[in-house]
Amino acid sequence: MNNLPKLSAVPPRSAMPDAMIRLEHVSKTFPGSAAPAVRDLSLEVPEGEIVVLVGPSGCGKTTTLKMINRIIEPTAGDIWVAGVNAIATEPHVLRRQIGYVIQQTGLFPHRTVAQNVATVPRLLGWDRPSIDDRVVELIELVGLEPEMADRYPAELSGGQQQRVGVARALAADPPVLLMDEPFGAVDPIIRARLQVELLGLQAQVRKTIVFVTHDIDEAIQLGDQVAILNVGGVLEQIGTPEDLLREPANEFVAEFLGTDRGLKRLSLIPVHALDLDPGPVVAPGASKQESLVVAERYEVDWVAVESGGELLGWLYLAELENGRVPAADLRPFRTRLAATATLKEALNAIVTSRAKAAAVFDDDRYLGMLTADRISDEITQ
Amino acid sequence: MILAQTEGRPLVRWDWIFDHLDDIWARTLEHVTLTGIALIFGFAISLGLSLLAIRYRRTYSPITWVAGLLYTIPSLALFAFLVPFTGLSLLTAEIGLVSYTLLILIRNIVAGIDGVSPAVLEAAFGMGYTSRRAFWDVQMPLAVPVIVAGLRVASVTTVGLVTVTSLIGQGGYGAFILRGLRRDFPTEILVGTVLSVLLAVVFDLLFLQIERRTAPWAHRRVV
Repeated sequence: MNNLPKLSAVPPRSAMPDAMIRLEHVSKTFPGSAAPAVRDLSLEVPEGEIVVLVGPSGCGKTTTLKMINRIIEPTAGDIWVAGVNAIATEPHVLRRQIGYVIQQTGLFPHRTVAQNVATVPRLLGWDRPSIDDRVVELIELVGLEPEMADRYPAELSGGQQQRVGVARALAADPPVLLMDEPFGAVDPIIRARLQVELLGLQAQVRKTIVFVTHDIDEAIQLGDQVAILNVGGVLEQIGTPEDLLREPANEFVAEFLGTDRGLKRLSLIPVHALDLDPGPVVAPGASKQESLVVAERYEVDWVAVESGGELLGWLYLAELENGRVPAADLRPFRTRLAATATLKEALNAIVTSRAKAAAVFDDDRYLGMLTADRISDEITQ
Repeated sequence: MILAQTEGRPLVRWDWIFDHLDDIWARTLEHVTLTGIALIFGFAISLGLSLLAIRYRRTYSPITWVAGLLYTIPSLALFAFLVPFTGLSLLTAEIGLVSYTLLILIRNIVAGIDGVSPAVLEAAFGMGYTSRRAFWDVQMPLAVPVIVAGLRVASVTTVGLVTVTSLIGQGGYGAFILRGLRRDFPTEILVGTVLSVLLAVVFDLLFLQIERRTAPWAHRRVV
């Protein structure tokens, strides 16, 4: 392989300009093994997206990832990274353009945090001031304290080490990032924080990321697209988390996504994605008759009171007696749901509220009412 | 046995020691030189053989087999065997001394390199290190604590062995021991022995310091 020309002059076969990484009919059979670890896999990763490879052990997800930077050499097929034929590129040249984060961090124990982060720029021969500036920038970017720069990896916590790993992978500003179960070894609380941080980071740096995990929840949370692999490197389905959860292609995918597929979907959809109904709302001073009609339409035994875009509260029809709807002494909506909340949070608010409904607000502006039925409709449509 | 014959005579004749300070100093230099040369050449040869063993795994067994064989030859026999070829010379002494360092040093160098975490190495290659650069920038520095541990053992062993070379006209402090035995003079035996032990301790501490300087990371942990 190494005596091939550095860069291929041959353009990609099925050139799609926005595919940053493309695998074409890639297979890998390890020596001494009869069955291939990955069989005829084709996959495209669009620029700036996170594609998560997920599946049970033995599904070849890590093998697939490591073929992209040729830590593992494919036995057949083509791999293109940023328009360059990866197979025809010298491995060390290829790898310096690909950030690489692994579960055990692989930080150099004999180098300080700053030296670790500076690794690839040094390999690329950057000058000293540029490296120093970049290191400072990255340590801040991944949320580490500046004084950690001079520590050794053994002096950091697991979460901090993993942040250094990410900073090191981003150091030379590579277009592509490969992450192999990067948060697999940290405890659940830190993992959840690192996941959120990664999304925040990605919003800033917009890298093309291939992320391997065995945790379907992590895949759903992080992936713009999720590729579900089966044993032997068979791609069962690839799509947005929403697509997968709504329409699993087969039994395997459905089972892998879990029996709480519906609930998982809820956590993906923000409340503002729904057309919100105002709900059983009346103005202060409305008559009992008027209130009854409104409540009946929604098949509830209560009404909410709204005045000029402000939600004052709610009351049971039984509490109306014979008078008109008051403007004060109403039951408050305890759960004020933000429009950015997920349907899962909304459902939680609904099932814990006495009115069995959640009032949705955009800051102080009342947007509408959400009920369990409405959410169910959304999921089953 | 020897000390038992010292009735009526003081065990240590301090006046002899003060009269022979120049001699003691000269023997100290000789002892240090003999040890130093053995360690330098022993390490150089071991490093070369270790690189060979790491590059071509199949050579590791034969290399350690030969080094092990050398290590088992009684030092007296080895020096006696060499004298007809190389005479009562520094070369004879060093051939023996160097031979005895090889097994320990080769084993520790290879173990040190092998002990580098596969994840660290994978990360190195994953970031675009070439094999050569990964070896010198990552594997060797990380092997330092194990390699220096080998050097500590080798240095202590060598300091002891140097005394034996007094039989072929070298010997550092060994010359005191040998002459003391011949003259039945305990002071000289004690001076040779005690100083030899002290020198071994000095070498040990020296390498400990070297290790702390070259591998500070190995001594810092989560606070």
